[in-house]
Order: sequence, then structure tokens, then C-alpha cells
Amino acid sequence: MYQLDWSSIPGALPFLWQGMKISLQITLVAIAAGIAWGTILAVMRLSPLRPVAMLAAGYVSLFRSIPLVMVLLWFFLVVPTLLRDVLGLSHATDLRLASAMVGFSLFEAAYYSEIMRAGIQSVSRGQAQAALALGMRPLQAMWLVVLPQAFRNMMPLLLTQAIILFQDTSLVYVSALADFFGAAYKVGDRDGRLVEMLLFAGAVYFVICSAASFAVRRFQQRLAA
Amino acid sequence: MGPLDFHVFLQPVPTGETTYLGWLLQGLRTTVLLSACAWAVALLLGSLLGVLRTVPSRGLRAIATAYVELFRNVPLLAQLFIWYFVVPEIVPGGERFKQIDPWLQQFLASMVCLGLFTAARVCEQVRAGIESLSRGQRSAALALGLTLPQAYRHVLLPMAARIIVPPLTSETLNVFKNSAVCSTIGLLELTAQGRQLVDYTARAYESFLAVTALYLVLNAAVLLVMRRVEARSRVPGYLGAGR
Repeated sequence: MYQLDWSSIPGALPFLWQGMKISLQITLVAIAAGIAWGTILAVMRLSPLRPVAMLAAGYVSLFRSIPLVMVLLWFFLVVPTLLRDVLGLSHATDLRLASAMVGFSLFEAAYYSEIMRAGIQSVSRGQAQAALALGMRPLQAMWLVVLPQAFRNMMPLLLTQAIILFQDTSLVYVSALADFFGAAYKVGDRDGRLVEMLLFAGAVYFVICSAASFAVRRFQQRLAA
Repeated sequence: MGPLDFHVFLQPVPTGETTYLGWLLQGLRTTVLLSACAWAVALLLGSLLGVLRTVPSRGLRAIATAYVELFRNVPLLAQLFIWYFVVPEIVPGGERFKQIDPWLQQFLASMVCLGLFTAARVCEQVRAGIESLSRGQRSAALALGLTLPQAYRHVLLPMAARIIVPPLTSETLNVFKNSAVCSTIGLLELTAQGRQLVDYTARAYESFLAVTALYLVLNAAVLLVMRRVEARSRVPGYLGAGR
């Protein structure tokens, strides 16, 4: 029978916290950039100009058809080369974190755009028409009247997507970047305590994500009330 | 980066038994096989859990709810590593698992992991489908003298199953996409074969383009099949339930 031995965790906590900070950084950047770019894509998709709408639709369905692991592998391959050429960086610069942030932002934007599109469509047409009748230009009406309401309506879904995104950041494992999960794996591998470290990492994710999901549900009930 | 050169796919691999294209197609076959098996597990277990979430018994409902909470709030990668590295160590009989063929170990761990992960999502769709039926259906079935299991078997599940086909389409696509995570434990599915190709040929762009194209084809094929299922299973007068 396997003897569990948790003794390598306390000493590893600072290293694990470093990893958690990387996970959180990627999550926050991807949420901000993903929602911003996703909202632009959603507005583009609803544009009366067909080429613009088709471009956005193509982007969204391309990213939604490819596994996230594959998207990340692409970005770890392409982004460093591109950034080095443009910024003239040396080959020693570690661009994995930057690549992960760009990759997650562009990938999540496809999912956020679907949420924002539903959000924009959930705002009654009379709102946009009233704004136009008041003399606003179409983009002004979108920015000042429709989008604020769309955000409010979609807040629970945007937050749920953020929780999924936080879980997905563990996939930067494919680049050996030491996020929280990668750090836990490295410690477990080093100390021969993989069983304990993987269980610990799973438990930490579970506590964070179920607490966050619970908070989102409470928030949703308050919105509905 | 030089110009793209796709001739590399026709070259034989070092062991000589196939070409690099052959490797990619083997990977594609593993991806399809794994996804299909995991999908079968998810559909069976997810339906059972979805029923449990709607039965009158508080205890049974709590079990299904706990299952969904657990499997939704741990990253898929962490679940996969736990199935592959942890479970064989701490479960009795794990020693025998570690003696079987390595490919089969990877495949079984991946199948169980993907299947159980997806079951939590299928469960929520099945629950939403059953809850979207009017209460009268359940009441009428019980009033006609059907027992509760009979009511589920003959009335509620057949209706719910047809209503939830559209949301299940996106879950089917998710299984295929999520199977790429299993490349991390060394299972040579499509993504892993693509990475192996990069290691052997140093042709990263060509390999990734080919793998990406194969995923797009796979996605389109699954969508085509599911659209036919949707068309045949649509209940007149009902719009899709769930999300």
C-alpha cells in the first residue's frame, strides 16, 4: 500500500506561489485582452458590412475548431520568432510568458465574442433605435447605450468563462513554463512525491474554482432579485 | 524560416515502416478512437447522473451534484495526471495496471479521464433537458400507473434526449478538442504525432499546419454528422433546451 508523505509541500510553498502568480498573470491579461478583443469581434460580427462580419465569424470559428493545446503550441512557435524580429531581442530572452499571454488572449477572445454577441442581442432593439433617434452615431449608440447593458446582462457568463480560463492556464505545461500546475509537477518529480503534489495541486484548483463558482452563483441571484 | 516544403510528409520515418504522413494518420486514428470511447462513457454516465439530479431523493441528488462540482472545478490536465500517475499508485490492483502495455495504459487513463470529465457536462445538459419538460409529463406518466423508473425510461428520457441534441453537439466537438490534452502523458494522438514530427524533421510550420488542418476536417466531419442527428431527432414544436 502506498504511504502518503506530504512533507515536501511546506518547503515548496514559495516556489508554488511563484507559479500561482504566473497562472494569475496569464488569467488576468487574457480576461482583459480577451474581453476587449472579443467585444470588438462581436460588434464586427453584427456589422451590416458583410466582409467585416464574415472576417469576424471566420476568426471565431477557426479558434473554436482547434484544440487549445494546438493553439498554444502555435503561439510558442510563432510569437517568439515574430517578437524577436520586430523588437530585435536576443535569443536568450524568455518569451514563453509573453507567448502564453498572447495565445490565451486571442483564443479566449473567440469565446468571449460569442458571449458578448448574445449580450448585445439581449438588449432590446428599441434602446439602439432611441439612441440613434437622439442623434448618436451608430458606434456611439453601441458604446454608450448597448454595450454597458450587454456587459451587465452577461456578467455571470463572463465570470464563469474566467474560471474556465483560469483552469485552462494549466495547459502552459506544454511549454514547460512553471505556472502553478507546472511548479507542483516539478517539485513532485524532483522529490519523488508526484502523487502527493498532484493531489495537492488538484485540491488547490478545486478550492479556488468552487469558491469562485459559488460567488458567481450568489452574484447571479442578486442580479435576478 | 525557409519556404514551406510539404514533401517531408512522404519521406519514410527512421524505422522505415511508414511515412511521416502515416504517423499523422495513425495519430488521427487514435484521436478518433479515444474521443469515441470517451464520448460513449460520458453519454452513459452523464445520462445516469442527469437523471439522479432530478429524482425526488435528496441523497441521490446530492451525490450527482457533488460529482459535477468536483469534475468541473479541477483542470482537465490535473485530472488526467491524477488518473495516470496517482490512481495506479494508491488504488489496490494498480500494480497490475502498470504491467500492461504502455500504450494501453495511456489510452485507458485518457479514456477514463475524458469520459468522466465530459460526463459532468453531459449531466448538466440532461438535467436541463428533463427540467425543460413540463411538469405535466411526469405527473401524467405517474398518474397512468407508471413507476418512477418507468416514467423516466418511457416518457422523460426519450423526450429529453431529443431536446438536448443541439447542446450535445458542442460537447461532442469538445471531446475531440479536449483529447489533445492527452498528448501530455505520451499518448501518440494527433497533436503528439505533430510534435514528434517536429522533433524528427525540424519542420515545425509544415507539421503544425497539417495537424491544424486535420483538426479542422475532424471538426467539420463531427459537425456534419451531428447536424444530421439534429435534423432527425428534432421534436416538432420544441426549441433546444439548455445552453
